[in-house]
Amino acid sequence: MRRSLFLLPVAIFAVMALLFVKGLTMDPHVIPSVLIDRPVPEMDLAPLPGRGADTGLATKDLKGRVSLVNIYGSWCIACVQEHPYLVEFKKTGIVPIFGIDWRDDPAQGAAWLKRHGDPYERVGNDPAPGRAAIDFGVTGAPESFIVDKAGIIRYKHIGAITPEVWSKTLLPIIRELQK
Amino acid sequence: MKKVVFVALLMALATPALAVYPSEMLPDPAQEHRARELGKDLRCLVCQNQSIDDSDADLAKDLRVIVRERIKAGDTDDMVRQFVVDRYGDYVLLKPPFKLSTLALWLGPFVLFVGALSVVFGFYRRRKTVAAAPPPPPLSPEEQRRLAALLKESGQ
Repeated sequence: MRRSLFLLPVAIFAVMALLFVKGLTMDPHVIPSVLIDRPVPEMDLAPLPGRGADTGLATKDLKGRVSLVNIYGSWCIACVQEHPYLVEFKKTGIVPIFGIDWRDDPAQGAAWLKRHGDPYERVGNDPAPGRAAIDFGVTGAPESFIVDKAGIIRYKHIGAITPEVWSKTLLPIIRELQK
Repeated sequence: MKKVVFVALLMALATPALAVYPSEMLPDPAQEHRARELGKDLRCLVCQNQSIDDSDADLAKDLRVIVRERIKAGDTDDMVRQFVVDRYGDYVLLKPPFKLSTLALWLGPFVLFVGALSVVFGFYRRRKTVAAAPPPPPLSPEEQRRLAALLKESGQ
């Protein structure tokens, strides 16, 4: 009994050390979303100039098919890194990609798409204070949501989508939801 | 002395800089006060250890604007808080709510304190019982003989 009492501080230290080691590997910017399994928030966002009249993004556009909703902005640096991959994924035709041009001037959002490629079926502009983005619980750009056929948010990815994230995480979820 | 008072007064004037811009403020001081109190407890999602009132991030500014919109629309403080929690979860509250998943957070320190107290009390009680124990029985003749032999051996 007394022996085990001496071991107690060692045991406490071991548990704390394990927790801290786990904490080191966690990204503090990845906050679990409360919107998972909740319907897409109500929105009706205006189209970008030069993309046609009926190309804005509304809640009803996200029903009937599994879709990927991507938050970007012409001011967003990580989006530049992610964007070529979105253009690639669009070519596969697996899933329609929708864009929300967050906290952006519509003209700049459109110019940015001209420069980096346009993978979006529809894009809505969400000017400051970014009501749609806040309704989506967005904490930064880029962020992407997988929405199922019924218009329910099923998954949220924070940060840039890489080919690895696409093939290992997003694609299996999309395939499963498409069944 | 005068100088000291002057410097002290200057220091009293220095209030922590808030990121709230005059253009964001509500015309009604009572409503603005409520917005400030709410903003203090809402976490900025970008610079996570600051409140939205302290932070200069765009998202914090947007949330300040939306908090004020809700207040103007007649929401109570709880409704405004719920509005933000519905979108960002309990994480957005700098003061986490007391519920099952946060039990360890709220009660942990007290559990540790009581544990530490019991260890200290246990230690002193044991010391007391050792001190208050009856004296050991005198040595038997056999033990006295052995003691004498040992002492002799070591030359004392």
